[in-house]
Amino acid sequence: MMENYPSFDVVIAGAGNAALGAALTAAERGARVVVLESSPQEFRGGNSRHTRNFRCMHDAPTNVQTEAYKEDEYFTDLMRVTGGQTNEELARMTIRESPKCFDWMKSQGVRFQPSLSGTLHLGRTNAFFLGGGKALMNSYFAAARKRGITVLYDTEVIGLDIAGGVFRGVTVQQKKGEPFQIKGRALVCAAGGFESNLEWLREAWGPPAENFIVRGTRYNRGKVLKLLLEQGVEQIGDPTQCHAVAVDGRAPQYDGGIVTRLDCVPLGIVVNNRGERFYDEGEDLWPKRYAIWGRMVAEQPDQIAFSIIDSQVIGRFMPSIFPAIRANSIGELAAKLGLPVDAVLATVERYNRSVVPGRFDHNKLDDCRTEGLTPQKSHWALAIDQPPFFGYPLRPGITFTYLAVKVNCKAAVLMQDGRAARNILAAGEIMAGNILGKGYLAGLGMTIGIVFGRIAGEEAARAAAE
Amino acid sequence: MPPLNDPLREGERLLVICNACRYCEGYCAVFPAMERRRVFSDADLKYMANLCHNCSECYYACQYAPPHEYAVNLPRTLAEIRVQSYQQYAWPERLARACQKNWLVAALMLLVGLTAAICGGAALGQGGGILISPGAGQFYRIIPHHVMVGSFGVVSLLVLLVLLAGFVRFWRETGEGFRALLHGKALARGLGDAFTLRYMSSAGAGCTYPNEERSMSRRWFHHLTFYGFVLCFASTSVAAFYSNVLGWAAPYGYLSAPVILGTLGGIGLLIGPAGLLLLKWRRNRETGDPGQSGMDTSFMALLFLVSLTGLLLLALRGTSAMGILLAIHLGAVMALFLTFPYGKFVHGIYRSAALVRNALEHERQGVEAGR
Ligand SMILES: Cc1cc2nc3c(=O)[nH]c(=O)nc-3n(C[C@H](O)[C@H](O)[C@H](O)COP(=O)(O)OP(=O)(O)OC[C@H]3O[C@@H](n4cnc5c(N)ncnc54)[C@H](O)[C@@H]3O)c2cc1C
Ligand code: SF4
Ligand code: SF4
Repeated sequence: MMENYPSFDVVIAGAGNAALGAALTAAERGARVVVLESSPQEFRGGNSRHTRNFRCMHDAPTNVQTEAYKEDEYFTDLMRVTGGQTNEELARMTIRESPKCFDWMKSQGVRFQPSLSGTLHLGRTNAFFLGGGKALMNSYFAAARKRGITVLYDTEVIGLDIAGGVFRGVTVQQKKGEPFQIKGRALVCAAGGFESNLEWLREAWGPPAENFIVRGTRYNRGKVLKLLLEQGVEQIGDPTQCHAVAVDGRAPQYDGGIVTRLDCVPLGIVVNNRGERFYDEGEDLWPKRYAIWGRMVAEQPDQIAFSIIDSQVIGRFMPSIFPAIRANSIGELAAKLGLPVDAVLATVERYNRSVVPGRFDHNKLDDCRTEGLTPQKSHWALAIDQPPFFGYPLRPGITFTYLAVKVNCKAAVLMQDGRAARNILAAGEIMAGNILGKGYLAGLGMTIGIVFGRIAGEEAARAAAE
Repeated sequence: MPPLNDPLREGERLLVICNACRYCEGYCAVFPAMERRRVFSDADLKYMANLCHNCSECYYACQYAPPHEYAVNLPRTLAEIRVQSYQQYAWPERLARACQKNWLVAALMLLVGLTAAICGGAALGQGGGILISPGAGQFYRIIPHHVMVGSFGVVSLLVLLVLLAGFVRFWRETGEGFRALLHGKALARGLGDAFTLRYMSSAGAGCTYPNEERSMSRRWFHHLTFYGFVLCFASTSVAAFYSNVLGWAAPYGYLSAPVILGTLGGIGLLIGPAGLLLLKWRRNRETGDPGQSGMDTSFMALLFLVSLTGLLLLALRGTSAMGILLAIHLGAVMALFLTFPYGKFVHGIYRSAALVRNALEHERQGVEAGR
């Protein structure tokens, strides 16, 4: 093995959206590129294979996005969700570059489509990949093959050879055999966050991490992130910050992807395993609240909660893959869900009594709410009294972590002394925390990945040529 | 959620996953049809299976494809359901099931048997004339005109009736009324989709068939096959008109309508099926139903043979080979006709019907949305 891959111009750790953006761009500039992917070929593409869209600025309607979504509105949205915890220079640069990435992706054979049904609220801001993220990745890999890029699967980066802030090579471990070195003249780190590393999550979250479900790949274990931090690269962000949603408690530990999400939360009530409500289920439109529920469930005892709805709202939310647990009375449902029956009965009874009459409309902020209840339910509050009743277990589903290496707008990682590394670049989840201090905007993960991936590819090719 | 053995149950399992995901919505009509539903009855599954043309896009694009534990392989499962539906709608069902076992052998045996019968019949009827050239294009001296017209007429009529019965069974099971077929716009759209092979073009990029790289080849070969068949059919019809109505006896000149139509159609019907067979041979076997191979292959092989013998007959009609060629050609045509209702041919009927139904559903949804 060793003799076959001794040295390349550009070494890329990871094979997701950011990595392939970098690989293709570096190869376009004439660099000899190797892509190192720790997963087997079938699971290549990390979390990117689970995505469906990216958030893209545009000044006029395009064939896949409606109306306009301009820089200032985009940036205002970002400021709102992060509470200002962002880097304005990097963020604005990302936003401005996004339409160029759209064109570039198309030039690589990526196909787009208007927003999927059920996600019309994203039809203006996001461009959807035809067939989703795996189709996107397939297009990239096909383009990479045409460009002669070497892709090694089952090849994990386990060591970085960095001397005086200058990259010289990586140590990799394949499925079989001894670890070996691959030399390179520039390195792009695009190996994702550490969301699949339960030990690291436990360090950050404590025992609750045991009950986290990882929505995406099992291969983003944060190895490269840790290696960089150990080499004196500046860290940014808090290890507990992440994107997490509430997923069905029956989801697999890894790779359950989009189909394990549950969209019924705003249509009923959510109780913890003591049978108590803990947050306003109808605070805002679901797409705006979707991403806070992971953290919310994580903070409950045993990191579990249960959504309870009745037959009035069945059919009004995106179907999920797990059947609802069904019962003819609230008591029976509580028993089936393994909840304290009296507590649930009392909660539902109190909630039902607090519901004030209104006109139900689950597509807008309606006037169905509770009065005199804590926590209150601000919208879509209908009495839960139409049998049969249904319940779904909820668990925190972690999407990706925000702890990151600090970068500049050339995608170069910054050392603790503030200097930019000459030939070490980072893109994607591994540096997304520079822009996302907390909170999330749907589609921004892929935008950060492709914008920084392309810059990193260009800079890596330049550094390698020097 | 492990995979299930019964294709219908497996189809249900997969569509529940797909309906929660929907990433493949833009590929074909199957996904929008799925999104109109939350539960999937067997009838729904068969309808959707016939909307699928097995392009495999949704397999390559699926993040849940094997080895993922959800093991989503929609093209293969829909193919299995589709074949089941062909058998179920065919009449008599038992014959369809028997044929399905080993198509290639069945079709070839039929061909040999029929050719032998025709040879035998001709030999008896005309006093051993089949191997002696009776003069350029003197087809009816080999097989009397009334025998030819009579036997093919009866068989065609029977075949048509059986095909119609299949269509009626399919349509009934979907729960649609027959009046719905009078919906002009939906009919035009559905049939338009069918005759242009709209979904095989995937907005100009082609399909991931025979393998992951997109190509238009299947669409072109299918067009050649189908329109080649139509031209051959037109040629035969014109010839029948000439001989039965106008009283102009065969053979017709090289520049006559039947010969030109038949030649063009025959060429299409040579290249088309050959191309489709080649693609089939090279296809990614993961996404197909291996049990269906014989049915597909025998249909294409018969089409090819019909065309080949037809063109040879035209070229050699003045030679002593004419008699035997005619027997083989007619045997092949007869075998093709007889296997129509029990073989791959029926896909055209169910697929077109499914596309019309899809157009109907689409129209109704539009009406509802407008309200
Ligand atoms: C279910 C789901 C849906 C999502 N939907 C969207 C969406 O619609 N839009 C959006 O913008 N974002 C979405 N996201 C977030 C998005 O997936 C990420 O932000 C984005 O994919 C990150 O891209 P990346 O290239 O940085 O990382 P990844 O795509 O995860 O790639 C990282 C790669 O590095 C490899 N790797 C890790 N460690 C090593 C190592 N030591 N050596 C070698 N290789 C290694 C991994 O195997 C992987 O291939 C979604 C995430 C999930 C889980
Ligand atoms: S085939 Fe896979 S990617 Fe496509 S809709 Fe179904 S589950 Fe989703
Ligand atoms: S194989 Fe092609 S036609 Fe069939 S469901 Fe998948 S995308 Fe649609």
